[in-house]
Amino acid sequence: MSETTSDPTAPVASPAPASDFVKSEKPREPLLEIEGLEVSYRTASGDIPAVRGVDLTVHTGESVGLAGESGCGKSTLASTILRLEPSNATVRGGIRVCGKDVRTLGWSDLRALRWGQAAMVFQGALHSLNPVQRIGDQIAEPIRIHDSTPAKGIPARVRELLNQVGLPSDRAQAFPHQLSGGQRQRVMIAMALACRPELIVADEPTTALDVMVQAQVLALLTGLVEELGLGLLMITHDLSVLGSTCSRIAVMYAGRVVEEGPADEVFEQPQHPYSAALSAAFPRIGDPAARYAPAGLPGDPPNPQELPSGCTFHPRCPVALARCSEYDPPIRMAEPNRPVACVLVGEDGRDRSAAQSS
Amino acid sequence: MTGPLLRVRDLTVEFGARGKPIARAVDGVDLDVDAREVVAVVGESGSGKTTLARTVLGLERPTSGTIEFDKSPLPTTVRGLRPYRRRVQLVLQDPTGSLNPRQTVYESVAEGLRIHRMVTRSTDSESEQVSRALTHAGLRPPENFFLRYPHELSGGQRQRVVIAGALALQPELLVADEPVSSLDASIRGEILALLLRLRDELGLTVLVITHDLGLAWNIADRIAVMYLGRLVEYGTAEQVLSEPRHPYTQALLSVVPEMHDLEPTVLTGEPPDATRIPGGCRFHPRCPALLDGRAQNAAITEACRAKPLPVINTTEGHVSACWLPETHVR
Repeated sequence: MSETTSDPTAPVASPAPASDFVKSEKPREPLLEIEGLEVSYRTASGDIPAVRGVDLTVHTGESVGLAGESGCGKSTLASTILRLEPSNATVRGGIRVCGKDVRTLGWSDLRALRWGQAAMVFQGALHSLNPVQRIGDQIAEPIRIHDSTPAKGIPARVRELLNQVGLPSDRAQAFPHQLSGGQRQRVMIAMALACRPELIVADEPTTALDVMVQAQVLALLTGLVEELGLGLLMITHDLSVLGSTCSRIAVMYAGRVVEEGPADEVFEQPQHPYSAALSAAFPRIGDPAARYAPAGLPGDPPNPQELPSGCTFHPRCPVALARCSEYDPPIRMAEPNRPVACVLVGEDGRDRSAAQSS
Repeated sequence: MTGPLLRVRDLTVEFGARGKPIARAVDGVDLDVDAREVVAVVGESGSGKTTLARTVLGLERPTSGTIEFDKSPLPTTVRGLRPYRRRVQLVLQDPTGSLNPRQTVYESVAEGLRIHRMVTRSTDSESEQVSRALTHAGLRPPENFFLRYPHELSGGQRQRVVIAGALALQPELLVADEPVSSLDASIRGEILALLLRLRDELGLTVLVITHDLGLAWNIADRIAVMYLGRLVEYGTAEQVLSEPRHPYTQALLSVVPEMHDLEPTVLTGEPPDATRIPGGCRFHPRCPALLDGRAQNAAITEACRAKPLPVINTTEGHVSACWLPETHVR
């Protein structure tokens, strides 16, 4: 556990020697290990808790989905993985990427970790790309700065990357505005792959894209995970996207993970009422129950500054009990490997929670 | 009610700039929308669905073809369009962009009433009309929202204010262009339920433009699938989504992430360009039926590549524009 601010020039607690960054073949060690992560933002009107105790693990060759709505803290969590959070954020808890403690890493090692071992794909590719630079040059930039590829080999590597994401190599000469939305998102993925990272964090990678292009980009991402043995953390509010691409899903609400489990189980048989609502928001086409019956949740996601008492979901929960307004349920195992935070869930959930709340 | 509320016949809309090839965004569309009906136009980006909606609203001029609303042709003059634009209202995707950040909710909703001089024509005062519109849009009690600014509202509430602004003018047709795609998952269902309730309570007709087939299954009575400026399939939501006939509709449906049991047919490439519409069937360069041998077995590959398809007649029930014989069963 360590507490650091995001200031990149902050004193380094335990600088790891650069030689540690030889890509190791250690099996079993998770690519990403988040333990007890808490993030709050200091503002003029007080501290705003954005992430309130999250544990999350991503292994090699695994794709993990993080689901949640705006304001639930999912993008804050993503930003802390590469220490990209804004400077008014206070971070507590442990974040290890490829075995390195991101919170205490020295500046040069952190630079090596970004791109080289873990890379991000952001939403809105149009805004992430430089409009006046050819895309080949933009893909080459991280390679030139972070990778050991000799300068002569860079154009070939750019062509290879473009082919890897399904773009013809002559697109290297194009400017971003000459590409369609899907092609720009492919360029973002090519950039993320440029320095052969082991972990990719994708924040809403398909949100602005339409169905067919979304399917192409998702197929590309899952293909790359299999082919290159990457770890993927995918963040979106669309549970159906995660259900079809990830092996595991964690659902976040108001800064905490409220349910986690195998993707198809969380999507098909959600245990937490919030996951159930997210899952029902995207109907199964052909299901007569969804005809003329769009499923929604009353109310809005909570304001992190004024979190409801007890279980933070209780004001919107369709099955809330009286005690839910006082008692915040801890994570319990609904089934082996299926942690859920709800009073209605868990073998002895009812009895124990009743005892604790009284 | 006899005859459709909205009748589109052989509509073509072209865009051209000097020195650039002409883009035919809408290329021969027939579409009937009955009163109190929810019709969804679905398709990828670049299919022409938004241009179709804008032309229906009188924001683009048809290059050729006709649009009739309530049995009279769409006015073409600014003066003539004014009463029409009260009867047909638009709701856009991004409520934050649709609202003036420096206007209160009351001002935003009352603006349309003032432009169309609705207050002098009615016995109800302006604030009564604003209250009624906010109540219909699910913002209760309305007085609590009068003096709020958009930044004080959640995304779902903002979209309700946009809808209230449209409802204040007592329109007959609501055109909603991706009404929920920028909203959170849990808010989405609430807004869609609101559109359905408005149809039931106020008798509104709704034309929804979307790429979201789940949305169409949730609320649409009929679905028109659009590809490169043409309707390629039309029918009730059950017909189009449970028994899709056109290979394009089948492919669209197979890539919806909820459809686990379908083998996804991911079409290669992006939607082609409206400045270069392929000959024959416009979908043939991407058509899975030409790749998997269905077209060869039916001996229609020549027709697919060279023979243009007729415009589908949307008064005939479940129809699709494809040369494959199995798509023509009645």
